[in-house]
Amino acid sequence: MYFPRLAGKPAGYLYNQLEAFKVGRRHYPPMNYLLEYLPDQYLMEIAQHFAAQHPTNEPPPIPDVSQDVLRQGQALANSGVMERQIPACARCHGVQFTGMEPGIPGLLGLRAAYISAQLGGFRYGTRTAPAPDCMQVVAARLTEDDVKAVAAYLASLPPSQDSVPAKVGSWPLPLACGSEPQ
Amino acid sequence: MRLPQLSQFNALFGLALILLIVSSPSPSRAQTSLSGGNASQVQQGEYLARAGDCVACHTAPTGPRFAGGRAMPTPFGTLYSTNITPDLETGIGKWNADDFYRVMHVGRMPDGGLIYPAMPFPSYTKVTRAESDAIFAYLKTIPAVHQPDRPNVLRFPYNNRSLIIGWRTLFFNEGEYTPDPHQSAEWNRGAYLVEGLGHCGMCHTPINALGGSSEARAFQGGLIPMQNWYAPSLTSNKEAGLGDWSIDDIVDLLKSGRSRRGIVYGPMAEVVYDSLQYLTDADTRAMAVYLKSLGQGSPPPEATTTAQRAEKSLLLTLGKTVYETRCATCHSANGRGKPPDYPPLAQNQSIEMSSAVNAIRMVLNGGYPPGTAGNPRPYGMPPFAQTLSDNEVAAVVSYIRTAWGNRGAPVTAAQANELRTAPLE
Repeated sequence: MYFPRLAGKPAGYLYNQLEAFKVGRRHYPPMNYLLEYLPDQYLMEIAQHFAAQHPTNEPPPIPDVSQDVLRQGQALANSGVMERQIPACARCHGVQFTGMEPGIPGLLGLRAAYISAQLGGFRYGTRTAPAPDCMQVVAARLTEDDVKAVAAYLASLPPSQDSVPAKVGSWPLPLACGSEPQ
Repeated sequence: MRLPQLSQFNALFGLALILLIVSSPSPSRAQTSLSGGNASQVQQGEYLARAGDCVACHTAPTGPRFAGGRAMPTPFGTLYSTNITPDLETGIGKWNADDFYRVMHVGRMPDGGLIYPAMPFPSYTKVTRAESDAIFAYLKTIPAVHQPDRPNVLRFPYNNRSLIIGWRTLFFNEGEYTPDPHQSAEWNRGAYLVEGLGHCGMCHTPINALGGSSEARAFQGGLIPMQNWYAPSLTSNKEAGLGDWSIDDIVDLLKSGRSRRGIVYGPMAEVVYDSLQYLTDADTRAMAVYLKSLGQGSPPPEATTTAQRAEKSLLLTLGKTVYETRCATCHSANGRGKPPDYPPLAQNQSIEMSSAVNAIRMVLNGGYPPGTAGNPRPYGMPPFAQTLSDNEVAAVVSYIRTAWGNRGAPVTAAQANELRTAPLE
């Protein structure tokens, strides 16, 4: 059983997730059930509470994949694959993968299984975001091997306790995203 | 998908909602008709639609308001609620006030077709003509949504619509509410709301083998089919009977979802969220007066359990340990909680009542009371399904049901295990 960190993720991102669980855009019954009758204003306060916290400096687990796979993940995360129109993770989530306010989450301090499950969720529509759903577009272009590699690579990086999301508009996005003003 | 359990098979069309059109001979239509409501009638209608909680069933989770399409799983298949926006083709745009009253009052569509009793017309039949007209006038003013109704998916033999005729003969008593002259106007208003628009009996009256609510056992409580929540008795003070509650506590519970005696949770959270929080103080108080009058003292139930004696004492020792580690911070070591946000567990009817279903589910799933104007930041209980084993769940529930003078019976790990798969939506 694994639950991803909330500490230090942008408030707008956390609020979007709470809202998505509340209305069923994200499907996880224990969360859907808890949030069903909570007012939006209260969800925003909850999001702000966790956004103000800092992630812990837990050392990342030892990757259980080969160096080749990690290198493939590193290439995807930092450079993307131009011929398949896959933007690098860093293009939106930042070169330090800290995310950007209000809607783009940081990617470090998460387990590989969680990251690959989220990419799968975007791909198969069990996790959706406000249109245009850019992560749906990106995830649909990834192969199973891509997902495994990029998840393993991101999970192998140590999160920094003082890393905070960049301010809104710090860099241009390569594609339109409903969760982020552009 | 979860399969219905045997215990749920004693319910036919018990869940709230759904109009289903049935082709059957069309009786002649009454000719009085009301054209166009005035502003105050529309406003009254909006209020009454809240009291009847139409939105809860006639709106799909992410769908447009009142456009229907909410799936209602039953042991007999899935019903879908209908579009009640004024769209001419797919909604009720072509209906007049007579048509609407007939749906509410006798459970028949404008063409005479029979409606499945998942739509609570056996309760709505008590609504007055004037109030039915007001609700209709309001529904005519909401935005029309073009959305065809989804066909129901019922298994044989329940897809045979003529079954409804037999059901109606047994369980449907047509007729507006008749005031009791021996009671106050306030009591009568409360009874009218509880028995009529509020359709409280849909869940709080036990459902018999044919899926009908028994009038003789009105408000005596029962397991809600498919949802696996127990709707407690409103008549027994050992359950949710409110006989020994103050009127103010009842009003707080209904209006804000929270009171000094306990909070609402599970399916009742939805009722407060969508409906009861919007009622006027006068109507809420009237319901409280009536509900309090239903509460009857009854002798404490015999504590019965399938657990053996030795097993029981081990269970309670473990339960106390779990309680002190996980629960006491909020609910206090003495079980008195810190009301109203951390409800008391000692002498809490919801904990002591004979069915342990709700207590087990709260430990497994946690939950929040609804966010309301009176309680906009509700305190939630975290779920323990992930952290406690079946044994630990059974132990802690047994402990809170028997500690501090509570008169509930211990529960078994098997009971806890069974509820792990109870639906959460």
